[in-house]
Amino acid sequence: MAQEAENKDIDQYHYSRNLDNAVQYLSFALGKEEYGVDILRVQEIRSWEPVSRIPNVPCYEKGVVNLRGSIVPILDLRERFNLSKAEYTPLTVVVVLQTGDSNKTRIMGVVVDSVSDVISVDKTEIQSAPDFGTKVSNEFINGLVSVNERMVMLLDVDKLLKLEELDQDES
Amino acid sequence: MSIDMSQFHQVFFEECFEGLEAMESGLLTLDMGDIDSEIINTIFRGAHSIKGGSGTFGFTVVAEYTHIMETLLDEMRDGRRKVTQPAVDVLLGSVDCLREMLTAIQNEQNVNNASVEKHKTALEVVLNGGSVAEEPALPVEQEFTSEEVSFNDAPDVDEEESVGLDEQGWKIAFCPYLDLLKTGNDPVRLFRELNELGELTTTVNIQDIPGFYELDPEECNISWDLKVVGDISGDEIREIFNWVEGDCEMEIQPLAKAVKLLPVVKKIDPEPIPVIIPNNPAPKSVEVKPKPVTETKKPDSQDSDNEAAKTTAKASSIRVDTDKIDTLINMVGEVVITQSMLGLVGENFSMDKVGQLKRGLAQLERHTRDLQQSVMNIRMLPISFVFSRFPRLVHDISSKLDKKIVLKLVGENTEVDKAVVELINDPLVHLIRNSLDHGIEMPADRVAAGKPETGTIELKAYHRGGHIVIEIIDDGRGLDKDKLLAKAIEKGLIEENNLLTEKQIFELIFMPGFSTAEQLTDISGRGVGMDVVRRNIQSLGGNIEIISELGKGTTIAIHLPLTLAILDGQSVAVGDETYIVPLVSIIESINITERMLNKVAGKGETFRLRNEYLPVIRMRSIFNVHSGNPTKSKEGVLVVVEGQGELCCLLVDELLGQQQVVIKSLEANYRRVEGVSGATILGDGSVALILDVPGLVRFSIR
Repeated sequence: MAQEAENKDIDQYHYSRNLDNAVQYLSFALGKEEYGVDILRVQEIRSWEPVSRIPNVPCYEKGVVNLRGSIVPILDLRERFNLSKAEYTPLTVVVVLQTGDSNKTRIMGVVVDSVSDVISVDKTEIQSAPDFGTKVSNEFINGLVSVNERMVMLLDVDKLLKLEELDQDES
Repeated sequence: MSIDMSQFHQVFFEECFEGLEAMESGLLTLDMGDIDSEIINTIFRGAHSIKGGSGTFGFTVVAEYTHIMETLLDEMRDGRRKVTQPAVDVLLGSVDCLREMLTAIQNEQNVNNASVEKHKTALEVVLNGGSVAEEPALPVEQEFTSEEVSFNDAPDVDEEESVGLDEQGWKIAFCPYLDLLKTGNDPVRLFRELNELGELTTTVNIQDIPGFYELDPEECNISWDLKVVGDISGDEIREIFNWVEGDCEMEIQPLAKAVKLLPVVKKIDPEPIPVIIPNNPAPKSVEVKPKPVTETKKPDSQDSDNEAAKTTAKASSIRVDTDKIDTLINMVGEVVITQSMLGLVGENFSMDKVGQLKRGLAQLERHTRDLQQSVMNIRMLPISFVFSRFPRLVHDISSKLDKKIVLKLVGENTEVDKAVVELINDPLVHLIRNSLDHGIEMPADRVAAGKPETGTIELKAYHRGGHIVIEIIDDGRGLDKDKLLAKAIEKGLIEENNLLTEKQIFELIFMPGFSTAEQLTDISGRGVGMDVVRRNIQSLGGNIEIISELGKGTTIAIHLPLTLAILDGQSVAVGDETYIVPLVSIIESINITERMLNKVAGKGETFRLRNEYLPVIRMRSIFNVHSGNPTKSKEGVLVVVEGQGELCCLLVDELLGQQQVVIKSLEANYRRVEGVSGATILGDGSVALILDVPGLVRFSIR
């Protein structure tokens, strides 16, 4: 009982404190690390299904799937961040994200190990990311935040989904 | 209660442009000697409905201009005035001018007053039978500038001229009660009405908004401080607030302090009136000055909004024959019936109903195909949408060049996909210009060559297979092979002593370097930018070929796919993966074994097909396919394809089947992939890539 009440208190605390400049993030796990993306960018969460491979592209671009009639590319975040590969199981999750500006939006799916939670983050509590060296490319990370003693890395969806070769290809 | 007119603008512009086209073609068919009153009536109707429409929407510039045209046409119609060539030319000019005006208004740009004025004067000269009517033109011009054709539909702008430097206006403290919104009043609407009286500045007070938990979204917790600038009577303002009188606290005061505010506004705008002043005669310019307060802001915001405006203008609509819609509705009905029939079969299914089920499925298949066909049909437009612009082009250019040329249109009703219609226009204009300029000779030369004095250009469209063919045939001097060859050698595009076939020589004019040659006009070639024309056509999935005979004429044939949305494809298997090869590019398919391929040192493999050695592209290696049974290409299928005029073989594992596929863009969410032109969704819901054969050939060479 006491535990429950305490939890409630914490929730209440989070709730009221974050009203002003709270941003909600969807957090998910890659191995032991936890990442978050702006929840407004998340279109849906799907289970992994086999993709159609695209020839001659970087290995983290797994391929494309048919998402209700549109062709949507799937990126593997583990491979994107040079983490160790994991087998795809029926529990593997694809988070479908929207990116782009008002003129043109793109939809892409990213493969993650599992989706954990929706977290409310006070903007003022976001710390800038220290230099990670090479393991996780710093450029994708907007900042860090700690939630219940866990560190969550907040990802910049636009940078994450920007396919580098895109412009060169078209020239 | 005012209706938002802007929702009708798009329709209005479309109608106007259609009207203009009708007027143009009418004017071009007018035969000087014998006047067909029906044609004049058509032209008159066009002008009249544009005038009416533009009046309704407040585009006074257009309305007034059309009025003058209408007067002229009216006199012609009643036979009070003779139809003369100069008059027709002036009218044609006015059609152009109107089109310019409407386009400008559509894109929310300023109308080019100078050119309007020029055309208007020309019209009036004709109308007055020669005497230059400079005087009456000026006051009208005044109105142009004061209206500046904005979407604001604010006819009261003129009022501000009299305001001068003593700015008048009102200060309103508007503090609605909480339940204002519940009575159906929308403050925004009030403000819009106020804005029509004069320039409105609003300040919102939001300090009364409660915290999120107490907030009732149906309550109006906001109050406003409003400033209206302009010569407005207090009654006008009170009238606007009449409806909300019982629902708010309100205070209206004449504006005194706001005068100080105005010069500031002026300073912010560094480029006040240059657009307006030059068009204004001197005496009036003093009065005009205060206007920029409202006016100058517009050009600024317009410039920045221009891009947006252009893109919105592009959001096009399509007019569909009611017949097509009726067919579609019929088809949908059939599908629904079949579906319910199948539902009935499925409800109490037993094996003896299998036959019934099969019949139902067959029916469903047929209906679906028909439905698909009729839906695709909606996108189909007659090619006359493109062709109809060319009589005018030929008319103008031939008179500029002093050539006598008639244009014959054949097969204008051939239908093509809307996307094709939009994209084919520029290449066609280019080709026709070339024919006019370089193809057809001067009348004297033609007579000397024993040809009729008047040259003919024929524009022909017809269906062949799954393609539409557009031919541009002229009876001009044709292409001179020797000169083309000499030029190419001079330009270093080909080696001397190179033996080229006739076709290859004509192909030379599509080479990028060739077009930059100085004035190809002096030899009988076609000049500028043919490489661009070809690239455009290829990007539509078509090709272009030239047949020409020296002295007799040239035929340029463009082959285009009927639609860009559906494609007949052959699915092939490479490893575990499925790819689609466009059926049109497949010449044949051959079962082969490893031994039949010849290795060429360092340069891959070739296959000998009827005495011709063709390069072989192994799909497995070019697409890095590792799945499936590892390269036991002892057996495989060679698909002989044609891409960009070159034959080449694709080595795949298996042919799967032919089917129509709906082309989906890879680029929408992803990016362009080399060797792939798009993707499609197969029957099982998985995605298959469509091969881009010419791209694949290029890719494999690298």
